[in-house]
Amino acid sequence: MFNPENLIRKGLPKGYFKDILVRSLLGGITYLMVLIAVLLFGKIIIDGAPAIFTSEFPFVDTEFLTAKNETLHVFDDAKGTRHQLPASKYNEYIEAHAGQQIYNEQTFSYSGGGIAGPIIGTALLTCGSIILALFFGVCAAIYLAEYAKQSPFIHAVRLAILNLAGIPSIVFGLFGFSVFVLAAPVITANPVDRSLLVLPLFIEGWALSFQGWNSSLMAGCATLACMILPVVITASEESLRAVPQGFRDASLAMGGTRWQTIRKCVLPFSLPGILTSSLLAITRVAGETAPIMFTAAVAAKDDFPWEGLANPFDILSSQVQALPYHIYTLAARIPSSEYTQRAQFGSVLVFLILVAMLSFGSMVLRAKMRKKLKW
Amino acid sequence: MSTAVQIQNLSFAYGSKQALHDVSLDMPARKVTAFIGPSGCGKSTLIRCINRINDRISTAHVTAGTIKVHGIDIYRKDINIQELRRRVGMVFQKYNPFAKSIYENVAYGLRIAGMTNRSDIDDAVEKSLRNAALWDEVGDRLHTSAFGLSGGQQQRLCIARAIATEPEILLMDEPCAALDPLATLRIEELISELKKKFTIVIVTHNMAQAARCSDQTAFMYLGKLVEVGPTMKIFENPSDPQTEAYITGSFG
Repeated sequence: MFNPENLIRKGLPKGYFKDILVRSLLGGITYLMVLIAVLLFGKIIIDGAPAIFTSEFPFVDTEFLTAKNETLHVFDDAKGTRHQLPASKYNEYIEAHAGQQIYNEQTFSYSGGGIAGPIIGTALLTCGSIILALFFGVCAAIYLAEYAKQSPFIHAVRLAILNLAGIPSIVFGLFGFSVFVLAAPVITANPVDRSLLVLPLFIEGWALSFQGWNSSLMAGCATLACMILPVVITASEESLRAVPQGFRDASLAMGGTRWQTIRKCVLPFSLPGILTSSLLAITRVAGETAPIMFTAAVAAKDDFPWEGLANPFDILSSQVQALPYHIYTLAARIPSSEYTQRAQFGSVLVFLILVAMLSFGSMVLRAKMRKKLKW
Repeated sequence: MSTAVQIQNLSFAYGSKQALHDVSLDMPARKVTAFIGPSGCGKSTLIRCINRINDRISTAHVTAGTIKVHGIDIYRKDINIQELRRRVGMVFQKYNPFAKSIYENVAYGLRIAGMTNRSDIDDAVEKSLRNAALWDEVGDRLHTSAFGLSGGQQQRLCIARAIATEPEILLMDEPCAALDPLATLRIEELISELKKKFTIVIVTHNMAQAARCSDQTAFMYLGKLVEVGPTMKIFENPSDPQTEAYITGSFG
């Protein structure tokens, strides 16, 4: 017998306290993550901000961003005033105040000057590797999406590429070291002794020598490109597949060749997707330390990469500094003190801002493209 | 009256699945041939053989018979497929303009055929749009996106695009399937105009449409050609009981 009065509950709802418990537990865990993020960013911003922001226009310490990295000298002069000067200014000071005694001198490696070298190195590595990865990645994606027949073999190839994405970056670093740094082919007139194989070329005196590219921008870009290739290939293939089949049918039906169809009716419409997805890969490239440790990065470098080169292409075979590696150096190789904090936290903050800008940029671009590309 | 397409004992398969069995018919030039029949009976497969767009599917192949377009066997080894498709245009079931401007859509076929002279392309675009009865509606906004057009206009744009390269034969695979009755009417009017210039092959689910705009009708069922003849005869006095049953609506 149905009694409508039963619809009205007496007392608390069933499982009231259990619900509250579960809810606060789940919520608590979530906010714990936020707390960790806030603490992390808060610490870096509070300690790093003084290094890159100033109270006067333009509010950014341009010197920190544009000056070369130097050793910091800390000392007292005869009057007891404490000076903190990067090596070059320290030398000027010593010259200007010749004969005066200085006291309590301490030096801190990498802590003076700015971080222009690492910023430029990271920019070069990122650009180079993205160009390489886009070229090879898009080629592979076009083959997989447009030409390859769906067979078990192609399935295995795709799986292998996906698996590549899971390999730890240090392994890529070692791979890059053994392949690009030690074994990749170069064309040279005088092969080194440790060359694995020397093939004489038809032009007199020149030979193809498998002696590697040494630790260089080129080797670093190639290694980083290998690391993000799976991401680029997968993202590109998806973008290509997202182009409606009707476009291909129409183009073929009008007498287009396969390649004409891909070039004019598929690639232009998938390019925005390919580029935005690849921006995420840029974030990853910019942030990696392990792959460049053995292949491209140096802790200290007096010149910018383009300085003192006989021809502009030599930049490819020069070593560079890089932000993540610089941060590693600052954190692991020098003792932390009040004088090193500016460089340490400043570098990390600059790095975080760069990476955040890239990710944010890719998110905005992606949202825009999604809106624009509808069919 | 010359024959544009001559199909002889054609059998066609997707992998091991036979889609067409021993189909033979002639399609006269400058006439409309309509294919009717229930879904999956092979009508679309058949017209997709005529411009070899089925080549895309790697398992699809002709197992027997020939298709001749103006006397040339188009499944010969040395056929120039691009040229064939330029001569045998196609309009698809779902209108599929490119995500480009109206102008670029129509110019596409000309450009990939190697036409570069700007004024030649301009003229050809205008001519095609006029022939597709679309010029009056879009002539003043050629450089806006094709996606801004209504469904019926987009389909007529696809027709304009297909006839821009001046094909001999125009294949239409259920061109009105995604359109409302008014847009359908306009396409049908267009078909009766176009048949003065082109041989038209149309696949349709709409029997009234086949009756209205075709000269010859072929009824297909389960991959076989059941009956082909002048449209009047097929609809008024079919000789095969299956055709009669389909047309009168007793099945299908």
